[in-house]
Amino acid sequence: MRLGAGPAPVAPLAAIVENRHVVVCCGTGGVGKTTTAAVFAIEAAKRGRNAVVVTIDPAKRLADTLGVDTLGHAVQEIDRRRWDPDGRAPRAGRLSAVMLDTETTFDGLVVRYAKDEEQVQRILENRFYRNIAGALSGTQEYMAMEKLHELHEDGGYDLIVVDTPPTRHALDFLDAPNRLIRLLDNRVFRLLMMPTRAYLRVASAAVQAFLRRVTKVVGAEVVDDVVAFFRAFEGMEQGFRDRAAAVEQLLGDPTTAFVLVTAARRDAVDEAEFFADRLAESGLGVAALVVNRMLPAFASEEAVPGLRARAASLRSAKIADERGAAAARRLASRYDDLADFAAFAARERSELAGVAARLDTDVVAYVAELPHDVHDFAALAEVARHLFAPPVSG
Amino acid sequence: MELAQFCSASRVVIVAGKGGVGKTTVTATLATAAARTGASVLIVEVEGKSGLASAFGCEPLEYADFEVAPGIRARTLTPDQALLEYLEDRGLRRFSRRLTHSGALDVVATAVPGMREILVLGKVKALERSGVADLILIDAPAAGHAIGFLMSPRGLTDAVRIGPVRAQAEDVIEMLSDPERCRVILVTLPEETPVNELVDTAYALEDRVGIKLGPIVVNGWFADAPEPSQPAARDAALVGLALEGDESARLDAAAAFRHERHLRQQAQVERLAQRLPLAQVQLPFLFHDIHRPQLETLADHLTGAVAAIPAGGAP
Repeated sequence: MRLGAGPAPVAPLAAIVENRHVVVCCGTGGVGKTTTAAVFAIEAAKRGRNAVVVTIDPAKRLADTLGVDTLGHAVQEIDRRRWDPDGRAPRAGRLSAVMLDTETTFDGLVVRYAKDEEQVQRILENRFYRNIAGALSGTQEYMAMEKLHELHEDGGYDLIVVDTPPTRHALDFLDAPNRLIRLLDNRVFRLLMMPTRAYLRVASAAVQAFLRRVTKVVGAEVVDDVVAFFRAFEGMEQGFRDRAAAVEQLLGDPTTAFVLVTAARRDAVDEAEFFADRLAESGLGVAALVVNRMLPAFASEEAVPGLRARAASLRSAKIADERGAAAARRLASRYDDLADFAAFAARERSELAGVAARLDTDVVAYVAELPHDVHDFAALAEVARHLFAPPVSG
Repeated sequence: MELAQFCSASRVVIVAGKGGVGKTTVTATLATAAARTGASVLIVEVEGKSGLASAFGCEPLEYADFEVAPGIRARTLTPDQALLEYLEDRGLRRFSRRLTHSGALDVVATAVPGMREILVLGKVKALERSGVADLILIDAPAAGHAIGFLMSPRGLTDAVRIGPVRAQAEDVIEMLSDPERCRVILVTLPEETPVNELVDTAYALEDRVGIKLGPIVVNGWFADAPEPSQPAARDAALVGLALEGDESARLDAAAAFRHERHLRQQAQVERLAQRLPLAQVQLPFLFHDIHRPQLETLADHLTGAVAAIPAGGAP
């Protein structure tokens, strides 16, 4: 898929939360994407914007903090005393959060494009439809983008921050709408939508043979469900297609920023590189790279050989008295530790610099590993200090 | 417990856990350890990830297995590959092409949620039955996808009442719920959120899938310093070493970080033990990318940790 605008201009993180209309946080699972998305929305609110964050499957305690751990999954505005305890934020600043509910969002789309209540009912009750809405891979990605569009159209927000699902193919949200439309548009099954009950009689011999095979493998009930679904869905494809085009346009808009989130961890860095290429293929620029959970270095890379040498000489030193020997052992393992941390940090930083270069962004923000999980506003504020405190580039 | 006993407790071991906890590393470590006992090992990669090839320093895995280290073979088994093989085995090669080209495959797979997973697990079952290796290790998809993956046969038998796919699902359920044939080893990091998710996953797998869980592997473990620590300057004085500049501060900071990290992890490991009565195996955090020498190191740790599990305990 190709999205309209060229690469977005590079801007520091603060400029992103102050000026952009949409921020899409993408990255592989377990890198702190949801947390980063929340921090961006909070920061925007603190800077006087009306911000909303769409979260996907947050850890329970983070969901509690954001007030989205309730049934209904409606957008919840968060009491400003909670995110701005000192009362320093401009009055215009507002913060809301919503947890993505894939099935309800999909049902909403059906309601929007169905011609009458009867069509809505026939679709919503169909088992094949429930599978699409509930379990089809890609649906969650699609609905995250749909929710984004809905908030963009109806919400009156200055900034919408969207988390993306932690799929392996982490950019599925770019392809999901079109993939789903291909499914809904399937040629073989469209033949079955002809206005007759005895679909097997009117379908061509080839299609009949094909259906018999499918029926043999999965059973007639399943095939009946599918046929009933395609019949019920008739006439709605265009609405879905238009909607997907609108989402695509929004993602390609210059006021949309993609923020690539990664963690200082081998597989996450590899995955980030994959993302960089994939986004470039779609003509989308990355506005910033956020690297979570950096381990401290404690010493420079240049110091490493010296530290290792010290450790080795302490280990081989012949010290007669027991206390001295024990001290030498302890000190040797201290030197090794220090060298390990320093070498590790140096390697990670150089790999990440490579990713940043490929992303063609010089906005890279590092967040140090925090001594606790990030669940409450105090901890989120701590992450914000790493992200938005000067200087952010490097 | 002896390593050999641990490795032969069931022929199929599914390694599962949340994304980023190191499933692939643990899979490769288990393979390395099992191969040391003389067992032949087959690793099956179901998502098309590249981590295993990088760990073993071999070419990218393919559908046909090949040796990645002495005694260890590996292959991919993606859902699409499994489906094509399933249909070809039944003389439906042309049909399978048609199914793929027309896009009807997506429709059918959507109509039968879990069908792709069933075909993968069905193929695993066939491998198990054929005795292709003493130990078959599955590097499972990230959880909650892992729950979906392992729950799929149950869901499918609800949706599909007849036909060969249903029969396949029933066979798979039989394998999954037989502890002599199949176990799941869950992997986590000693951190709050991964531990919470692991506990949820463990109960879901036992209650809803009826699957036997092996020991929990806790990855990325920061062991404490081998001896109680004291300021570096004092130790330096004892050995008559003069520390330069801010070196003692740096040494102390790194040691304090490690110690503090250890204590936090310790608290999570204890919490995990309270909430889940399963043996734990800790694998150390390594400052190095995982390649063959690191796998050997991790396999040493695994062997030691397994030896510490009481023989009568959960294998």
